[in-house]
Amino acid sequence: MRLTTQTIIAAGLTLIAGGASAQTPVLTVYTYDSFTADWGPGPGIELAFEEICGCDLQFISAGDGAALLSRLRLEGARSEADIVLGLDTNLTAAAVEAGLMAEHGGDIVGLTLPVDWDDSHFVPFDWGYFAFVHRTDMEDVPNSFEALAASDAQIIIQDPRSSTPGLGLLMWVRHVYGDDAPAIWEGLADNIVTVTPGWSEAYGLFLDGEADMVLSYTTSPAYHLIAEEDDGYGAAAFEEGHYLQIEVGGILATADNPDLAQSFLDFMLSPAFQTILPTTNWMYPAALPTEDLPEGFETLTQPASALIYSATEAAAVRDAALATWQNALSQ
Amino acid sequence: MAKRAQPITPLQTIGGAFVALVVLIIFGSLGAVILHAEGVSGLRASDWAAIRFTLLQAMLSALVSCLAAIPVARALARRRFIGRSAYISLMGAPFILPVIVAVMGLLAIFGRAGWLNAALEGIGLGTIDIYGLFGVVLAHVFLNLPLATRLILQAWLSLPAERTRLAHSLNFTTADMRRHFEWPLLRATLPGAALIIFLICTTSFAVALILGGGPGATTVELAIYQAFRFDFDLGRAALLGVIQVGICISAGLLAWRFVSAADFGAGLDRAAMAWPGDNWWVRINDGAALIFAGTFLLLPLGAVTADGLTSVIGLPLSTWQAALRSIVLALASTALAVGLALPIALLIAGHAARARLEGAGLKGAGLKAAGLEAVGLLSIAVSPLVIGTGLFLIVFPVANPVTLSLPITGMVNALVALPFLLRALIPAAAQAEASQGRLADALGMTGTARLRHAILPRLRRPLGFGAGLAAAFSMGDLGVIALFSAQGQETLPLEMYRLFGSYRTTDAQGAAVLLMGLSLGLFWMFDRGGRVNAAT
Repeated sequence: MRLTTQTIIAAGLTLIAGGASAQTPVLTVYTYDSFTADWGPGPGIELAFEEICGCDLQFISAGDGAALLSRLRLEGARSEADIVLGLDTNLTAAAVEAGLMAEHGGDIVGLTLPVDWDDSHFVPFDWGYFAFVHRTDMEDVPNSFEALAASDAQIIIQDPRSSTPGLGLLMWVRHVYGDDAPAIWEGLADNIVTVTPGWSEAYGLFLDGEADMVLSYTTSPAYHLIAEEDDGYGAAAFEEGHYLQIEVGGILATADNPDLAQSFLDFMLSPAFQTILPTTNWMYPAALPTEDLPEGFETLTQPASALIYSATEAAAVRDAALATWQNALSQ
Repeated sequence: MAKRAQPITPLQTIGGAFVALVVLIIFGSLGAVILHAEGVSGLRASDWAAIRFTLLQAMLSALVSCLAAIPVARALARRRFIGRSAYISLMGAPFILPVIVAVMGLLAIFGRAGWLNAALEGIGLGTIDIYGLFGVVLAHVFLNLPLATRLILQAWLSLPAERTRLAHSLNFTTADMRRHFEWPLLRATLPGAALIIFLICTTSFAVALILGGGPGATTVELAIYQAFRFDFDLGRAALLGVIQVGICISAGLLAWRFVSAADFGAGLDRAAMAWPGDNWWVRINDGAALIFAGTFLLLPLGAVTADGLTSVIGLPLSTWQAALRSIVLALASTALAVGLALPIALLIAGHAARARLEGAGLKGAGLKAAGLEAVGLLSIAVSPLVIGTGLFLIVFPVANPVTLSLPITGMVNALVALPFLLRALIPAAAQAEASQGRLADALGMTGTARLRHAILPRLRRPLGFGAGLAAAFSMGDLGVIALFSAQGQETLPLEMYRLFGSYRTTDAQGAAVLLMGLSLGLFWMFDRGGRVNAAT
């Protein structure tokens, strides 16, 4: 009996010691849910980074970008996260303000964003233009919000309170129309079939034929073209320009191993990471020349101009933009 | 000699402890969120609008579901036909569907591009627009009609065959049956059924938003989402959670006022008899109710199945692994839920039986029974987001919530399934006490002997039904796993949402069919187990 107990304790100690002596550093990356799916970018990125870092990369996922931020705020200083991957520029100001983020030390070079990037806390990894996706057999595809509001095209959008694309659309309308945004929303009210909590429901309903158009990205048709060999989808080009979603990564103030975290951010902009993104996350990589994009991406809608608020502007206007939206659509 | 209506047994003491445990978990989670908040902030005008809309749609949904369920339950109680058992099982399916699947199924029929509009347009009748309050209520009726039907059916089937025989010999007409049996049965069952459906609908969020057609259809649950995600205002989120508790308790007390116990005395558990006063008009009515309800419930399910059936075979390995994980989780949750529910149900039934003897109404034992059941219902009325976040905050300082995500999800699923089990068990347990209690007292049967011989045989059917609901619910609910998940711990609903979330709609529809099949299978297994040797 005594012997057994001793054996167990000894075995336990050996395990602990063994674990300690191996000393493989762990890099904990918090990201949104679809990133880590088998078919998402996560598995490929884990493989590629572990080949060069001599570390164990562990993904922990939580809902979407906004859920991710809430989670980090709940955990606060006790968080085990080293890196957060997948906030967008509508969320980054809050993350910095909550004191969650450390500044990154790397030089950011080789970005292929359509706008300049200057942020001491975050590094972009991919981006996309918001756009209304439609079937190519749709007649009279509107080319602006005003044309859309005047048309009888039926659209499905996402709720900005529970969805990051939904919030993106608020920003888009606000950016283009400023104080006239309420009038545009009132004009759009009769085009909106319904509002869904998230992107998945909206896109699913659109595919089922519930609406002519759905708020998504200009890159959505690439999925149908490349993965399904179906060229029947397009994204409407709006002449006033398209708002951007830029997804970023950053090092948390609580990171145990800032050097390792920094090396991950550097890796994030390398081709090994960037080439995985287009056909797993179906977004544009943030640092990959156009000619290196997979075949099919050249067919996508190219907006006339790229619109975006800085993180601080976005944080400043979002409450008013939400109130406008709620008032216009609740009537 | 002053005698208690029924002695308090050790099992009932355990029931009391379990009630305390449930209260502790729910209020502990709420409290953890409040403590973490930097002060409790007030409600906004939009929050009040959300509260009003929540109450309105939940009341309408509960009312319509219950009223529509009466003819269906009556028809099922009176008719014997081939496939009746399958009909009853299949009817349970909408209730256990994940939200996104139910919505897509409904829209395939009632949506802009749905079959109904295609048919109406085909015969030149224009189109209908489902989006709005009508759509919200329609969807909630779709989801809850089966539950209402089953709860009312339970009551019908609890009528001792001896009473039906007596009615036969007295040449009762349909009207007599209605006055002497059906109305008292409904008085005993409807308030409870309406209450539970009302509470389910108060936490609705995606269904209400999508079918409500826009932000006018904002419910309290969505306001909580906004407080958490958009504003990160934990104080407001917790306050809204407290309001949900308030709604639950008020509704519980209100429903209890309308309950009057049906007391048909004891029977000898003979096989059920044909219903007296049966004529062709009644038969046509029953047939119409069954066909109408069957079509309404099964067409959307058929649409979902048709969309996804062919994709099931090609599902990725991770989906099958998730399915296996979900089955194990559902079985564990069910065991936990049954273990919690049985003692609590016996405790409440004991108080209810005593209240009946005392004729106390909402005083004394009656109030105790009502209060205890309201507590049992809390877990359905309080936001899963608040509970999940609260548990996260409680667990986080002592352990890694991510490694505990499956046990926590299983526990929360059991808690949420608890009210369904209670709702099914309490009337049957009270009835068993009333009919067998005196004999058991006279024989000096207490403890396990009393439970095994007098009570449990009469609980078998509701226990099987309740356990089936719990298992199916746990299988189909996304639950708090979405808040805690880590690689390799995905459940089938989470996996399905991931597939939907990354353009893989075909696979997602396949996963939905798999999920529906497994949920139904589990439900059928338990429900069938409870109906062994029964003619029903």
